[in-house]
Amino acid sequence: MSSARLHRKTRLLAAVVILANVFGNFFLSLGLRQRGPSLGISPLRYLEALASPWVSLGVCVLVLWLLSRMALLSWADLSFVLPITSFGYVLTALLGRLLLGEQISPQRWAGTVLIALGILLVSTTSVRTSVRRLRRNVR
Amino acid sequence: MMNWLLVAVVAGSASAGNALQTLGMKHHGEIHDFRPGPLGRAFLKVTRSWHVPVSIVLMAISFFAFLSLLSVADLSFAVPATAVEYALSTVAARYFLKEQVNWRRWTGAALVTCGVALLAL
Repeated sequence: MSSARLHRKTRLLAAVVILANVFGNFFLSLGLRQRGPSLGISPLRYLEALASPWVSLGVCVLVLWLLSRMALLSWADLSFVLPITSFGYVLTALLGRLLLGEQISPQRWAGTVLIALGILLVSTTSVRTSVRRLRRNVR
Repeated sequence: MMNWLLVAVVAGSASAGNALQTLGMKHHGEIHDFRPGPLGRAFLKVTRSWHVPVSIVLMAISFFAFLSLLSVADLSFAVPATAVEYALSTVAARYFLKEQVNWRRWTGAALVTCGVALLAL
């Protein structure tokens, strides 16, 4: 596969991973906020929480997150994928600001800038460095 | 105390899960075909080795610990505290998966970890 095509595929799938993570966590948070007090360690209360519509929608979107991330990890390095998909935190901050009316403090903006710089740095490295070596181990 | 114990469970099991899942997917090889049928078969195939199923169990443990953390702490504590997962996973990528983590990746991972931690303040 040509390197340009690999990069396009990587960017596209990374976008799916990021959006699924952000919206999955957002729906979970919405559902849990409505429920109030601590879940503790009782399995029954977890099952109850899962039955709420926002939580179950969140879980479905997070399943999509898991599968798309697995596909991405089938060719890309973990040390590439993790920083790149952390763009989700920036989106989460923006969602909180736009949809929940949360205030964004100067520290939070500083954090956003640091994450963006980190992503910029990592995105200049090659998508995969380990595949050949791992395949050799398997044989 | 309970909060930090949950943070340790969330970050520790997520990092181990990330590393195992990457190993399982690399063993499978690159996914080319994104049509539903072949994609479904590829996901079924990776469940035949132990790496991916165990990684999903670890991620489920991390997920339920995170739910539990969210119910006793604010999202603005839970998210940044579990950011240590980025540092742990990068170390696992370097030493367990033998990825070539150059200075740009180490610096990038460190910036992301600090950035995520700052988001909560």
